[in-house]
Amino acid sequence: MSGTTKVVRVAAGQGFWGDWLEAPRRQVEGGPVDYLMLDYLAEVTMSILQKQKERDPKMGYARDFVGAMEGVMPAVAGRGVKVIANAGGVNPVACAAAVRVAARKLGLDDRIRIGVITGDDILPRLDALLAAGHPLRNMDTGAPLSDVRDRVLSANAYIGSAPIVEALRQGANIVITGRSTDTALTMAPLRHEFGWKGDDWNLMAAGIIAGHIIECGAQCSGGNCLWDWRDVPSLDDVGFPIVEGSADGTFVVTKHPNTGGRITRQTVTEQLVYEMGDPHAYITPDVTADFTSIKLEDLGHDRVRVYGITGAPATDKLKVSIAYEAGFKAVGTLVYSWPDALEKAQAADRVLRARLDRLKLKFDTVLTEYIGAGATHGALARRERPSWMRDLPEVQLRVGVRGPDRAAVERFTREIAPMILTGPPSVTGFAGGRPKVEEIVAYWPALIDKSVITTAVEVA
Amino acid sequence: MKVRLLDIAHARSGDKGDTANVGVIALRQEWYPLLVRELTQQRVTEHYRGEITGRVDRFELPNLWALNFLLHGALDGGGTLSLKTDAQGKVFSTSMLRLVLDVPDDEARQLGLPAAP
Repeated sequence: MSGTTKVVRVAAGQGFWGDWLEAPRRQVEGGPVDYLMLDYLAEVTMSILQKQKERDPKMGYARDFVGAMEGVMPAVAGRGVKVIANAGGVNPVACAAAVRVAARKLGLDDRIRIGVITGDDILPRLDALLAAGHPLRNMDTGAPLSDVRDRVLSANAYIGSAPIVEALRQGANIVITGRSTDTALTMAPLRHEFGWKGDDWNLMAAGIIAGHIIECGAQCSGGNCLWDWRDVPSLDDVGFPIVEGSADGTFVVTKHPNTGGRITRQTVTEQLVYEMGDPHAYITPDVTADFTSIKLEDLGHDRVRVYGITGAPATDKLKVSIAYEAGFKAVGTLVYSWPDALEKAQAADRVLRARLDRLKLKFDTVLTEYIGAGATHGALARRERPSWMRDLPEVQLRVGVRGPDRAAVERFTREIAPMILTGPPSVTGFAGGRPKVEEIVAYWPALIDKSVITTAVEVA
Repeated sequence: MKVRLLDIAHARSGDKGDTANVGVIALRQEWYPLLVRELTQQRVTEHYRGEITGRVDRFELPNLWALNFLLHGALDGGGTLSLKTDAQGKVFSTSMLRLVLDVPDDEARQLGLPAAP
């Protein structure tokens, strides 16, 4: 290595559960990478997985991950690529067992060492924690968790990079976590490879920001990018991002050659501001990162250098993601056509609401949108140029209701179809049938003292 | 001169519960100070009057030529509670780009700003 500087390549292969199935395999086959990072968990995913686990104790993890690993494991066994994924959901142990079965099938069993990280799931401890004086107040409303305790479906603390680093140190080449932060999946391998100390806040912050840039997959390499969007090359063949990290905390964001999409200052910046709160204090279990310190240098040829990052000590809390049952909702839609499409849809909304009133149905919210006439921009679109609204070829009326009473929501779903023959004219687009009543699983963000969360690492 | 924000900036948005964040990024570094001056918290609050139920927070990121806005009460409860099509504020950023700025002609010429059509 003399004369060269060590570079560690961390490739993103999945930005959420449901992302492009081709991406993980393309990342390990398209060029040199050291680590493949796969992010599967969103806020609500944990509760879906918890329900699956209750039906079958062997479930409760992101099953797509096992399929992805079948494509990737030859590279893990043959070329030493390591995989880090939060695919474990609420059952990392079962997830590891499924990957083990896949490894046997491929004849690679003896070359796979799986690290499993547990301890984030606090559902079994919830009552004990509440009794011990951890109120788990909702960070947005201040309400104590006891308000909804009997409706809680899942509860997981967001864990940081330390247990992943430990699993790598013990020789794991596949690390499976539950609810670790998305960003730790990228920071941990950099911390492990370069021996970064956990209290070197600038390095911790650099690793976390590297993670933030690639955690949403192609969203930083040309996908969903507004800047100059018409000229993004070959999105059909989009290359997912790769971080080339250096020991000093600087890194380059790039992608494999001969792939579509692009990486520029602008594509990286759009991802940096995505889901941003106070940029001075991006709080993670590992560090408080300062997004105002980030310097970008566009090197051309799909390479952006990132440097100058600073961080401050982490807080003594962990964020907890709690999912609870929060009533029922349903959404009904009908399409009205020219002439006067919007006026007809608005008239239909009045008729529908009057009927709901007459039935004395109680909802927390009834929300009407006119798709094609400002559903996403609201009145901002309609008042800017009212003339646009007169000649629309069609408008979709979309009415949603939400409330605690399942029977009321159920009854609402039966009031949509009658509008066809009993409401304003020129109506179509109801082939989907009666709307479905959905159970709402809502998100309850809370904080808990770090000292009460202990993670466990098992490598086998 | 009227200048559309759409022609001098790009943007992306995301969510945190019932709050939408909108990052507005200058297309050129020399246009960033104009964004800082014109896209005040007050101006953006005015823009979203009737569309959101909470306050607007504003943060400056000169290093990224960007401003970050937090629009509270923007998502009908957010996440799975929300009945909105854009429940997670994914395209909230595009409604910010509807803003039209009034820039003195001299300054607009000097900065090479494109005039609104």
